Amino acid sequence: MTFRLTLAAALLTGTAALAQQTDLTIALQLEPPHLDPTSAAAGAIDSVLYTNVFEGLTRFTNTGEVVPGLAERWDISEDGLTYTFHLREGVSFHDGTTMDAEDVKFTLDRARAEDSQNAQKALFEGIAEVTVIDPQTVEVTLGQVDGNFLFNMAWGDAVIVAPESIGDIKSTPVGTGPFKFDSWTQGDSITLVQNPDYWGEAPALTEATFKFISDPTAAFAAMMAQDIDAFAGYPAPENLPQFEADPRFQVLVGSTEGETILSTNNQMAPLDDVRVRQAIAHAIDRQAIIDGAMFGLGTPIGTHFAPHNPDYVDLTGLSGHDPDKARALLEEAGYPDGFTTTLKLPPPSYARRGGEIVAAQLRAVGIETEITNLEWAQWLEEVFRGKDFGLTIVSHTEPFDIGIYARPDYYFQYGKPAFQELMMTLTATTAPEKRSELLADAQRMIAEDYVNGYLFQLAFPTVADARIEGLWLNQPTQATDLTGVRWTE
Amino acid sequence: MSRTLILGAVLSAVFVAAALVSFVWTPGDVEGIDIANRLKPPGAAGLLGTDHLGRDMLSMIMTGARTSIAVAIVAVGIGMGFGVPLGLAAAAHKGGLLDELISRGNDLIFAFPSLVIAILITAIAGPGAVNAIIAIGIFNIPVFARLSRGAALGLWTREFIMAARVAGKGAARISAEHILPNIANLLIVQGTIQFSLGILAEAGLSYVGLGAQPPLPSWGRMLADAQTMVAIAPHVAIIPGLAIVLTVLGLNLLGDGLRDALDPRLKVLRT
Repeated sequence: MTFRLTLAAALLTGTAALAQQTDLTIALQLEPPHLDPTSAAAGAIDSVLYTNVFEGLTRFTNTGEVVPGLAERWDISEDGLTYTFHLREGVSFHDGTTMDAEDVKFTLDRARAEDSQNAQKALFEGIAEVTVIDPQTVEVTLGQVDGNFLFNMAWGDAVIVAPESIGDIKSTPVGTGPFKFDSWTQGDSITLVQNPDYWGEAPALTEATFKFISDPTAAFAAMMAQDIDAFAGYPAPENLPQFEADPRFQVLVGSTEGETILSTNNQMAPLDDVRVRQAIAHAIDRQAIIDGAMFGLGTPIGTHFAPHNPDYVDLTGLSGHDPDKARALLEEAGYPDGFTTTLKLPPPSYARRGGEIVAAQLRAVGIETEITNLEWAQWLEEVFRGKDFGLTIVSHTEPFDIGIYARPDYYFQYGKPAFQELMMTLTATTAPEKRSELLADAQRMIAEDYVNGYLFQLAFPTVADARIEGLWLNQPTQATDLTGVRWTE
Repeated sequence: MSRTLILGAVLSAVFVAAALVSFVWTPGDVEGIDIANRLKPPGAAGLLGTDHLGRDMLSMIMTGARTSIAVAIVAVGIGMGFGVPLGLAAAAHKGGLLDELISRGNDLIFAFPSLVIAILITAIAGPGAVNAIIAIGIFNIPVFARLSRGAALGLWTREFIMAARVAGKGAARISAEHILPNIANLLIVQGTIQFSLGILAEAGLSYVGLGAQPPLPSWGRMLADAQTMVAIAPHVAIIPGLAIVLTVLGLNLLGDGLRDALDPRLKVLRT
């Protein structure tokens, strides 16, 4: 009898546990180097912590819209220079300290300081002064009108941190989000647990484990064996049809902010000649690259702008696949027999496979490329910092990053004065129609200067257990927002 | 002739022949990317199908054999070219400072795991076939140095060497004229074995991306590229895998067979 009761009890609790599974194991490709989103460019940090552990004054939603975050609402002065943020009541950090205007001032002042380690310092450049009015109100004064300010404050680099916990933030991140950092097993996983004192609606999950699996074969095995419940940013597009055909899984293909480009060293001969760059653009067959490297996932782009953005202008026509025209342009530029340059490829498959296809397409018009496969650290050293490259393939995953073209010291070294001027006008403009117009001009200018070879917008495939809902489809910023994720049965 | 020797010789010859033929003719273009015809199974497009970029697998294997064999030959050449003279010199000055230096140097290089150091060398000097050759070659030097020193030591006590010394020949001349021909069979056998290890090492280095760079086909890189496609197109992984296995097996069998055929002592034992 006792035995039967125990058994029944076990069965009951068993089914109950099944009915409300509240833990999730989700895999990502890249492990963060450390856990401070405000002092590193690594998107992997945001992939784990954005919105889960750290929150900013504003935040991005799944569709890229900017909505209130820790600031409940804000007033903007007539001249557009003063933003008064009204903070939410009752928000506390995971260490129990309250989040108030002082923390906001600390965060913003730290990010814009002379010695700031922030990877996106430009986001804070416009801030002239941050004043605490009272614990729930903070006033930010800008040096000049910045139509992007609320957007900038939504970035992972602008999340609110506390002076009390900043010392250990790289290993023990303390934020205000719905999940608390629990543990980090380096080289394997990071575990987050639900924050019982969260100010907003409690998430359905009580525990979330992020596993880091960069090897596509291991990713496939782990997913098939259901060792992981979901994989955000699945590394091997060739395996997706198998998951689609399997009723245990669902496959979501979203878009990212990742403009995948054939980055060109604009200061290196002969690539400094716009005719040569145009020839390269016409030599490339985008669809072949998307099909060959990404098994069809990806949207062709003709400029450095995300196609899902309302201000996107389709300029793919400027650089249609036309080998004859490419040869003619090369001849005109003084290279009738072509030339040889380097093609340095980082590890992702879009670069490695795409690189072989690009090399073959360039060879067809007479441009020989010496391919070198590099690991990320070497790529950052040689290409990104050292600028020692002719061509490379990389995806620029930051949202709304056309501004990098204004920087003459950025690795592809464009920085045309006219473009810099255009960007300055854009920053100072708040009227939406005028901004759209300026953005269209900017897109056209870099497309007509053929600064880089514009290949495709990187897709974001997520493979997940069929019973999970609420995962982000798109990647408006690098994030794995778990607040809305739940098991349906 | 033993069956081992014949089988080994045939397998090795097939791959050497494939590599040689690839210089003048391949059924397809190894740089001809044709996305529409990718991942075709063997028989559907070409004898061995096509890879993930639509290139003919048979052509890739043939040209890949060339890469493997070229790397392995030069690496073994480096090993023999430096290792054998060092070993002979050490044997000629047995117990002397030179012997001590060479032998301890060998121990030092042997103490490192070769593939790891090869990865280190190519990571520092940059990936590429030439650096792979150097990295693999360096580790062949102590193998040949030890082998020739050991074999030569045994010969130095023999009467015909005594006779040569009495006749007034110097150590260098004796090594070249009397010792070397007598240890040649050992070197050939070891060379064959090292050759197969060289092919394996090249495949390993290319597999991790440090060997021959694209578009030059390489078996190791073909395997690495095929990794994620095993489930949808197994042939792209099986074919280069088999090529490596069969070549290494063939060369090992050839080495074994040659040893049996060349070593008179073994012959006596067998009969």
